[in-house]
Amino acid sequence: MYPDPRVVAFIDEHFVPVRVHVKENADEFQRLGSRFGAQWTPTTLIVDAEGNEQHRIEGFLPAEDFLSQLKLGVAKAAFARNDYTNAERLFGQVVDEHPGTEAAPEGLYWAGVSKYRATNDPSALRETARAFRERHQESSWAKKASVWNA
Amino acid sequence: MATATRQIQWRSDFDTALKDAKGKLVLLDFSAAPM
Repeated sequence: MYPDPRVVAFIDEHFVPVRVHVKENADEFQRLGSRFGAQWTPTTLIVDAEGNEQHRIEGFLPAEDFLSQLKLGVAKAAFARNDYTNAERLFGQVVDEHPGTEAAPEGLYWAGVSKYRATNDPSALRETARAFRERHQESSWAKKASVWNA
Repeated sequence: MATATRQIQWRSDFDTALKDAKGKLVLLDFSAAPM
């Protein structure tokens, strides 16, 4: 699993990787599956050191999409610990480095929210709405950002 | 020339992994893939 060297390197840098196998670790699979509500395999969770789920990837994804989701999770974790400046940077990396994935519009949305939280400047939200008029127009995130149009 | 292929060093001890995280996040993978 995950033979793509970019995925392996990113996991190595950012995560302590834990795998519970439905057969090989049946008891742990049942315990943790119940705790986190994991109903299907593969399900991949990004969990912070306090044991809180920060992001969830359900089902198989090709390497590019999977990597973009991992980066989205790292950015969400920064947002969750109120590290909005880093969160904006990390969400921005998802947008810039994986523009063709579903993570990109979600990253664009949350980059705007992160900037707003970091600066308390509502123009960050208007700029985000403007950016959605130029890209990812068909995404649900564009619809969510449309309320920020001045 | 042979090239080394990096592999993910999966663990199966979630609770200990949380304690060991130290600034990292835990990637918890529920899998049915062949081991």
